[in-house]
Amino acid sequence: MTNGKFFLGRQELLGLAILAALIFIVLPASIDIFRLNLIGKYLTYAFVAIGLVLCWGMGGILSLGQGVFFGIGGYCMAMFLKLESSTPEATKIQSTPGIPDFMDWNQITELPWFWVPFNSLAFTLIAIFVLPAFFAFIIGAAMFKRRVGGVYFAIITQAIAAILTILIIGQQGYTGGVNGITDLRTLLGWDIRTDSAKYVLYFLNGALLIGVLIACQFVLKSKLGRLLVAVRDKEDRVRFSGYDVANFKIFVFCFAAVLSAIGGAMFTLQVGFMSPSFVGIVPSIEMVIYCAVGGRLSIFGAVYGTLLVNWAKTTFSETFPELWLFGLGALFIAVVLVFPNGLSGLYRTNVAPAVDRWLGRSSTSAKPPLEDPQAAE
Amino acid sequence: MFADYTWTELGSIFAMQGFAGLILFSVFVLMALGLAIIFGQMGVINMAHGEFMILGAYVTYLCSNFFQAFLPGLFSIYFFIAMALAFVAAGALGAFVEWALIRHLYKRPLDTLLATWGLSLIMQQAYRSIFGAREVGVTLPDWLLGSIALTDIIEIPINGLFVMALTLVIAVGVYFLMFKSRMGMQTRAVVQNRVMAGAVGINTEWVDRKTYALGCGIAGIAGSAFTMIGSTGPTAGQLYIVDTFLIVVFGGAASLLGTIASSFAISQAQSTMEFFLSGSMAKVLTLLTVVGILMLRPEGLFSHKIRR
Amino acid sequence: MNTLGNNTDFLLSIENLSVSFDGFKAVNDLNLYVDENEIHVIIGPNGAGKTTVLDLICGRTRTTDGSIKFRNKELTEMKEHEIVREGVGRKFQNPSIYEDLSVFENLEISFPRGRNVFGALTFKRDDEVIARVNEIAEMVFLDELLDTQAALLSHGQKQWLEIGMLLIQDPELLMLDEPVAGMSVSERKQTAKLLNEITKGRSVLVVEHDMKFVEDIAHRVTVLHQGKILSEGSMAKVQADPKVIDVYLGH
Repeated sequence: MTNGKFFLGRQELLGLAILAALIFIVLPASIDIFRLNLIGKYLTYAFVAIGLVLCWGMGGILSLGQGVFFGIGGYCMAMFLKLESSTPEATKIQSTPGIPDFMDWNQITELPWFWVPFNSLAFTLIAIFVLPAFFAFIIGAAMFKRRVGGVYFAIITQAIAAILTILIIGQQGYTGGVNGITDLRTLLGWDIRTDSAKYVLYFLNGALLIGVLIACQFVLKSKLGRLLVAVRDKEDRVRFSGYDVANFKIFVFCFAAVLSAIGGAMFTLQVGFMSPSFVGIVPSIEMVIYCAVGGRLSIFGAVYGTLLVNWAKTTFSETFPELWLFGLGALFIAVVLVFPNGLSGLYRTNVAPAVDRWLGRSSTSAKPPLEDPQAAE
Repeated sequence: MFADYTWTELGSIFAMQGFAGLILFSVFVLMALGLAIIFGQMGVINMAHGEFMILGAYVTYLCSNFFQAFLPGLFSIYFFIAMALAFVAAGALGAFVEWALIRHLYKRPLDTLLATWGLSLIMQQAYRSIFGAREVGVTLPDWLLGSIALTDIIEIPINGLFVMALTLVIAVGVYFLMFKSRMGMQTRAVVQNRVMAGAVGINTEWVDRKTYALGCGIAGIAGSAFTMIGSTGPTAGQLYIVDTFLIVVFGGAASLLGTIASSFAISQAQSTMEFFLSGSMAKVLTLLTVVGILMLRPEGLFSHKIRR
Repeated sequence: MNTLGNNTDFLLSIENLSVSFDGFKAVNDLNLYVDENEIHVIIGPNGAGKTTVLDLICGRTRTTDGSIKFRNKELTEMKEHEIVREGVGRKFQNPSIYEDLSVFENLEISFPRGRNVFGALTFKRDDEVIARVNEIAEMVFLDELLDTQAALLSHGQKQWLEIGMLLIQDPELLMLDEPVAGMSVSERKQTAKLLNEITKGRSVLVVEHDMKFVEDIAHRVTVLHQGKILSEGSMAKVQADPKVIDVYLGH
């Protein structure tokens, strides 16, 4: 049977090993810490892209608001770090010492109530998981229970991303406005700006990513994974087989939201700031393209897709800034028209059979029963 | 927040803001009409709709410069010519895009969304490369400048009135085209049953292309109108796309009346609140209300119960 | 027939059922009863409301008025998946199966266990599941094709697979919407045999156009016309009814 006793087949184990070797050995050994930190930043987007594989590729739910959850994670972490670096001693030149500098600039004299709990690291870490899940649950429950999906869901989530961005930029006294929350220095007294800290955070980020991939693989190989595919294919049939379809959609949407928030929190830690430019419509839809380039049905593809697109973005926008938007635009079109299954689709048709043979063809689980019938048309 | 004003002042504020809202309403309607045709009738998501609108705006800008330089005598009527050219330019580009892109994706609405987003990026960058990143404005002929003073406080700008009249004409035209003419009937026939429509002799490919081009052309006219009340930049279209999609969905995608009603509600709410709150909070509250209502009533304001 | 009220002898009793779409009454004051272990067939011209009746029973369409009682439980207020869990299975007109999954996985998903999120995450493919899937696959003539991707099955095989997906849930009432549409003659025969077999211990409500097939399987026939019952009884009685001949069979 295709469903082995263990949820990681040989192909998946090989995939994990290659990715781990790339993240933990090849990249750190071959590039300097500045570039490595950049890779670390890209990998935080990969959390979002992996979530989109589950949500969009498997479940058929396209969210154009994943930046919201990335932002929630990022802002939670940024609020904690900001409060830590805004001690009364460090901010004694302000008219109100002890509050973040941007609040002082906006004539706010007291820490707003919703900032207060972020003095605690434990609360912050819990919030990074609970807040995105909570918001995703509200959105998901409202929409999926009423059978809203497809295009409508995409538009609504996009609108939510727009609303949150406008809110953050408009309320600069409470949020840091368009500049975001900047000048983050230490985590529990540990300076996160040093090279050694950046190495540690990079490896922590990589380890989290591998952990997330294993968790996702578990979900995909469980009956829930097959149910998601079934829902994408014939939602009514699943419903009339006795399942409450909305609950599964809510689950996968919340799951993807939490993954995005983890990525956001790691982004803040590695890059040292968080701003609304990672929350809105444009970043949210760009994250979809990372997933699409990797192949919307492969969690490993999502990681490579993210790396590839961001590498291209950095390279092109450094040398030919004009060309980049043309390139990105063309990429959106090409990934839809020419190769809808992305990198992983190319891998699966051209490389996977050979790898299977080399592995001793034991893992039938690599057989993808998941090709999107629509995309294949 | 009302305490600081007298009743007459409040009345005037509402009237002025109401009028400002009517101009916003006009732009919303013009943009949403095109979208309602493409999305409501064809089921296609056109994320590049804002960029088609901006194409119309740039065409108007070029016309304005051309007439100023070469045909100053006809400058007072250049706007009508510009509008026709904007319609043709946006419509022609729309027809091309339908042929090159959209027709391959009719069964994959979510993919259309991504592809047209890519198109919008390309168009934005093209505008930036051709016209520069700075915003440009058009020179209005004299007869569109100035305003009519109704009372001491209330003044109605003429260009605003003109845009509204234009909106009315186009809305009525679209209504007849989509719901009273043969073309509209064919469009709906194709959307509802492509195979059958083809079987009874409708050239479905041609109908698709015409409809898409029409929607884009109307966006071009919206861009023309847009130049009268705002300046044109490469990314100006993107600012409106979310609002417009919400309007179309909020109104019930296939209902023209719904589109107009929801444009009205959203623009009025936004501009009235704008006076009392900051602009961003007004927008947040308006959009949040719309999203909230859509969560409770996803089929929009105007919709039919259908037999599955 | 129509004056029985709350009769607990019936498995399913539909009383005074109406539904309207924007004023159009697709089903109008309908009374219909299904006995235990009965194959009850609904026939009628296109647009008579046959499929709508099935939609109303399984909760896909909400009723405007009237009641649907299954084992004396009111179904009209229940959600679709709750109705399924009560023991009502529904097959759609076009084969509705998961084309991306294998035949085995199609049947496994329909196996009534682990139906909530947590249950689906922890679901184990144990011996009971495998045995049951094999048993059902044999019943619907697909035991040789368990590893085949469902998209590759023939039309008739897809119809059988969907019937199998219902059978694995062991419903007390099975509703089939045109089960033999698009089937070859031999497939029809096999399906009639299958239906006669699976009706042991359960009731079946069938919507069908094919009169030959109806004659083969029906215990009782209801003729619908414009949302109302035109005639009811055995196939022979219905066929002899002049009203029926007038609107339907005569054409």
